[in-house]
Amino acid sequence: MNSLVLRTAARFLLPLLLVFSVVLLLQGHNEPGGGFVGGLVSASAFTLYAVAFGRDAALRAVGINLQVLAGLGVTIAILSGVPALVLSEPFLTGHWATVPIPGIGDVKIGTPLLFDIGVYCTVWGVALIMVLNLAEE
Amino acid sequence: MIAEAALILIALSVAVCVIRLAIGPTLPDRVVALDLAVTLCVGAIALLCLKAGRPTMLVVGIVLALIMFLGTAAFAQYIERRARR
Repeated sequence: MNSLVLRTAARFLLPLLLVFSVVLLLQGHNEPGGGFVGGLVSASAFTLYAVAFGRDAALRAVGINLQVLAGLGVTIAILSGVPALVLSEPFLTGHWATVPIPGIGDVKIGTPLLFDIGVYCTVWGVALIMVLNLAEE
Repeated sequence: MIAEAALILIALSVAVCVIRLAIGPTLPDRVVALDLAVTLCVGAIALLCLKAGRPTMLVVGIVLALIMFLGTAAFAQYIERRARR
């Protein structure tokens, strides 16, 4: 589509939507959000980019092969269960650690967050593969 | 009290949008009605947050407002492509 308004809006909305997808990912454990919704939002951000600039431009904007991205996500999600196995607990048992980060304070980081990041990458890659293949005609 | 009144008004507006969505003579009419209905939903979410006194759902409204633009743009592309054939 050849519209100046759409192109300008897409260029502004892409970073904004990506920031919000990360916000959804990080607040997902205690509040509305999570890896799945965050992945969908970031996939729709690149779908908007594809509507404005075309499919190839969107693929270039992602910068990584979508199938590799989806596979990487599943791998991260599976790896998040391994620490529990090492400690001889049931697979995917959650472990939390409090990490003091200067300027922010104490931040709780654990394997559920790693699992959510894996889900995020998988949903992002798979949703984008489906949408872009449908948009191809 | 004011939030309830505003919610009732928004519900009425959504009902009018749904009527336009059902009878709309052309496809662009329906797309605009859907767009307006989603905008009203964002308003309803904000009012419900106000009523509950918790900002947890505001992010949903923000994301909906950003994504809604994508739906309208995709519909516009579809209509443009259909007109070309």
